[in-house]
Amino acid sequence: MSTATTSIEHAAPPASGPRALLRRLRNGDEVAHVVTLIFAALILLVTSLLVYELWVRSGPTRAASGLSFLWTSTWDPIGGNFGAVPFIFGTLVTSLLALLIAVPLGLAAAIFLAELAPRNVSDTTAFLIDLLAAVPSVIYGVLGIFVVVPMMRTTIGPALKKSLGFLPFFRGPNYGVGFLTASIVLTIMIVPYIISVSREVLLTVPRDQREAALGLGATRWESTWKVVVPWARTGIMGSIFLALARALGETMAVTMVIGNNPKIAASLFAPGYTIAAVIANEFNEATSDLHRSGLMELGLVLFLMTFILNGLARLLIIATERGGGRG
Amino acid sequence: MKRVLLIWRKSLNLVMLSLTGVAAFGVVSVLFLILGYLIWNGSTSLNLDFFLKLPRPEGEVGGGVANAIVGSLKLLFLAAIIGLPVGLLAGVYLAEFGGKTFSFIVRYTTDLLNGVPSIVIGMFAYALAVLPVKHYSTMAGGVALGIMVVPITVRATEEFLRAIPNSLREGAMALGASKWKTIATVVVPAAAGGIITGMLLALARVAGETAPLIFTALGNQYWSPGWGQPISSLPLVVYTYAISPYDDWRRQAWAAGLVLLALVLLANIGCRIVINRKGVRSV
Repeated sequence: MSTATTSIEHAAPPASGPRALLRRLRNGDEVAHVVTLIFAALILLVTSLLVYELWVRSGPTRAASGLSFLWTSTWDPIGGNFGAVPFIFGTLVTSLLALLIAVPLGLAAAIFLAELAPRNVSDTTAFLIDLLAAVPSVIYGVLGIFVVVPMMRTTIGPALKKSLGFLPFFRGPNYGVGFLTASIVLTIMIVPYIISVSREVLLTVPRDQREAALGLGATRWESTWKVVVPWARTGIMGSIFLALARALGETMAVTMVIGNNPKIAASLFAPGYTIAAVIANEFNEATSDLHRSGLMELGLVLFLMTFILNGLARLLIIATERGGGRG
Repeated sequence: MKRVLLIWRKSLNLVMLSLTGVAAFGVVSVLFLILGYLIWNGSTSLNLDFFLKLPRPEGEVGGGVANAIVGSLKLLFLAAIIGLPVGLLAGVYLAEFGGKTFSFIVRYTTDLLNGVPSIVIGMFAYALAVLPVKHYSTMAGGVALGIMVVPITVRATEEFLRAIPNSLREGAMALGASKWKTIATVVVPAAAGGIITGMLLALARVAGETAPLIFTALGNQYWSPGWGQPISSLPLVVYTYAISPYDDWRRQAWAAGLVLLALVLLANIGCRIVINRKGVRSV
């Protein structure tokens, strides 16, 4: 933001040469400007360096296996075969399944907070939900191991088998750890993001929209679902993308409950693996430089996935804030 | 026919609206379930030994996590001196100096950096600070956490500086202060409370991070003097103890988790109350 004050222009025209630069630098304002500019540019530098390091360090694997990294499914570090498909599959399945549960749940809660709850109840609840988002992911992992996994083994799993066992997704042995368990833990972790962003977007929808719908005889639900939510849809989409990016990159909680098995399976009870989890587990014990570089390449893939999603999400949210909805 | 439709619409209204209430209530109750579970399982293992003693060798009963508590503090200290100045000054640039296009790029990149998975930040810090010296160190862990502190601090600083009314800047300048003097002696001090809360919030977030530490700080069963050796931290202890096969370690994982969660939540509650009172958009 440029301040409203107009800074006094210096009378002398900017002369060229090192002396002029020195004179300009003696002016405190210029120095402050340049120093803060350097630090702002440092952020760009660090981010580019991050991409550069991932790219360079994953060079050996790219040279050895090329693009087949992205579509082969054997992960055999000792034999020198690096195929990322099981990890990409596991990452996408757990994240999308988590979204499938978290979006209806989060949107419903956001609607309640923005449309129905009195302001102070809504604010207090939003406060508690922000706290839920602040819980460290390793805590979710501990609860996943000691609470969700046993529950999966004794109650959720058998119940699903009994009711939906005719589907291939709910067949096969149930160890407690696996895709579904990871998705449940992820759901709890991303719901707060969906609620808190969607609630803010819903609150920006103008009052007249609701009143017009109600005035035409719509019920409260109809005005919400057919008028308010469509108005806010761009921002809601943004919140969903943000949540998805979180889920894709989530490491600790998933590593602790996914089962760590690089296999593609139709059954959601089967143990799997995700990109973040394999990096966390194997990076320290990498058997060779090629192995480490393969993990770096997985990191690059993960980075690009979240980078694109976050980029889109931010654009959507900026679009809603500028256009007041109707994107 | 019309009557039936009206009844249908009204009951749909009732059902859907109550479902939204159930959803909101359900999500909030998860927070209390988490707290309850940790207190139930962790509080019995909290005693003086837990805070003051070193871990015992694998499989032996007793011991504590004193080194991890000190380790977390040391890592946070490093993260603060690496990340906070960058975040603060970049935030000042965005709020007070920035042009249009460059500011947009910086702001956008900051948001993207904020969204980079923490495990990838860990790999980056490994490439920066572990590979060149060929050993894990406290310093490398501090670098990883420091990078994560930057984006949150930038956004908080910018938001709070923007919330300072322009009349304050104009007043200072009318008295003859130059721009940087206005910023340094009037604008930033006026926003200091908010900026510091934002910084604390950033530190509270990285205090709970495990993923970026696994291959930078590594963890340590003993004290870690200086800054060049592997070091333990609370989240690392929670992780290694929880996945270990020893009952006593698992018991301590609950306790360490409880301590970690209590610290993070208290910091968050304090900061968010201050921020809400200032009426600035949530950071």
